[in-house]
Amino acid sequence: MAKAVATMTAKKDKLTGGQLVFRIVIYVVCIFLAILSIFPFWIMLVNATRSTTEIQQHAVSLIPSKYFFNNLKIISGKSFDPWRGFINSAIVSSCATLCTVYFSTLTAYGLVVYDWKFKRPFFSFILAVMMIPGQVTMIGFYQMVYKIHMTNKLIMLILPAIAAPTVVFFMRQYMIPSLSLEMIQAARIDGAKEFLIFNKIALPIMKPAIATQAIFAFVSSWNNLFTPLVLLTDSKKYTMPIMVSLLKGDIYKTEYGSIYLGLLLTVLPLFVIYFALSKYIIAGVALGGVKG
Amino acid sequence: MKRDKFSYAKYGYFFCLPFVIAFCLFTLYPILYTVVIGFTDLKGVGTTTFHFLEEPFKNFDLILHNNSFRVAFKNTVTIWLTNFVPQMLLALLLTAWFTDRRFKIKGQGLFKVLFYMPNIITAASIAILFKALFDFPMSPLNDLAVRFGFLDAPKEFLRSKTVARGVVAFIQFWMWYGYTMVILISGVLGISPDIYEAAEIDGANRTQTFFKITIPNIKTILLFQLITSLIGGLGMFDIPKSFLEGQPDNATLTTSLFIYNQAFSGSYMYNKAAAASMIMFAIICVLSAIIFYIMRDKDEIELRKIEKAQKKKMKEMKQMKKGGIA
Repeated sequence: MAKAVATMTAKKDKLTGGQLVFRIVIYVVCIFLAILSIFPFWIMLVNATRSTTEIQQHAVSLIPSKYFFNNLKIISGKSFDPWRGFINSAIVSSCATLCTVYFSTLTAYGLVVYDWKFKRPFFSFILAVMMIPGQVTMIGFYQMVYKIHMTNKLIMLILPAIAAPTVVFFMRQYMIPSLSLEMIQAARIDGAKEFLIFNKIALPIMKPAIATQAIFAFVSSWNNLFTPLVLLTDSKKYTMPIMVSLLKGDIYKTEYGSIYLGLLLTVLPLFVIYFALSKYIIAGVALGGVKG
Repeated sequence: MKRDKFSYAKYGYFFCLPFVIAFCLFTLYPILYTVVIGFTDLKGVGTTTFHFLEEPFKNFDLILHNNSFRVAFKNTVTIWLTNFVPQMLLALLLTAWFTDRRFKIKGQGLFKVLFYMPNIITAASIAILFKALFDFPMSPLNDLAVRFGFLDAPKEFLRSKTVARGVVAFIQFWMWYGYTMVILISGVLGISPDIYEAAEIDGANRTQTFFKITIPNIKTILLFQLITSLIGGLGMFDIPKSFLEGQPDNATLTTSLFIYNQAFSGSYMYNKAAAASMIMFAIICVLSAIIFYIMRDKDEIELRKIEKAQKKKMKEMKQMKKGGIA
């Protein structure tokens, strides 16, 4: 062991030319990729504050201009209504997130705490249906919703979130080591009802997992384009991702500044969430990968 | 104790019930409905009544011989491949760098945050942003190209099929390599450091450690990433739809976009769209089966085997005892 340490320190001492180049290459690549991540958004941000004439002269500028409110006026005078899109998206995403985390934790609790006959087949079933994408069921889903006259109802975007197999899987993996069955037994002896035990004991223990999954559920619901596009025809019910596609239309063809501003408004909430919670989000992604 | 367990079993059903109901209503029933529609003549906006076709597989036959569907499928696979291969290679390279034991990169946290960032932003918005970046005649890209003398006059980049497809693949790559990297890094950090220490003592260099230790140890994760990415790639919709609506000349038409166009535009052919959905579903089922096989709880299976063996032993012992007494 001491020998190994010795050789390691020896290696550290003589930072050869090759190693220096290696380090420089790493930093150059990483900084390039970092700029690549920021650059499109930076252009969006800057151009949102510039007038159409300015953009026509030079579409790339690193310095913001002073036409932000002018662009805002142009954009709110037409069909694009970011405020309505924001409210609709916020309603759908927060309700869907609540449904997803609450019912997934409930299902996981049913799978972990109780011994019932179909427990194992049910878990296998959840694993099997984890990967079904919405696109392949959409025709039947649309026909069903249309038949019961529920198109243009936001609730049809929320209720399907109750069954989220991936989240159930994650919650179960998290629950097995962290929830002690002795504690539940103790609560039972104290006379607590099963449902109360779940709400008062299991939910608080699951808080870290719930927080992570809530972020991802919220973001994926907020970003969902396909289902709302199929179900919503009334522009008053549009969610943000459909609202943003209005920016491609002819009315904004020559309003360059306002297109960028519109885009900025649609992604702003996500940027706020991301930079406030990036630590947890990255940790959450990493956690999802460990099991894989 | 045994009676205790028995009386609580019903809560297991009770707690899983909401999931089962929601699943049956919003996933299972729509799947079955889609299957049925695939065999009927259901088309036209607002139609809900249908009759079964005399040749039951007519829709499937039409779709499989449909030129647009074939093009869409080919595009989907091409776009997926041109995004996945570079994405995986870059993610692996970054993983190797970020987990290097002899050299800690400064600012790792910041790099991770920035690389992952595009993943969380609405794909529809990103696609429209990229369209604005590549637009003609006035766009940031044209501005840069002309300013730095690469082009004499603005060019209509997105008219080229290859460029359009390439940009879709690039957006996909750009949105996902950070995600893949974060997952791979967490996988590598899960490998026991002892193995690396042993390799270091044996004098293995960086490349050797990476190919002989790191890669074999994250094989499952790599396979899992491959298949989830493939399933996601086969369902690619948001970016091609928002970017160029499948244009130019169907170059960015994907299968999901094809299904959407069949069902919700033109003559509203729900039946053909349903048939196409089922074809895609069959492909995804096969892939999911592979995932299912990878993900099954190996420890649990092992444990159950041991349990069974123990029970068998106990029985045998009991019988032997009985035999002994008798």
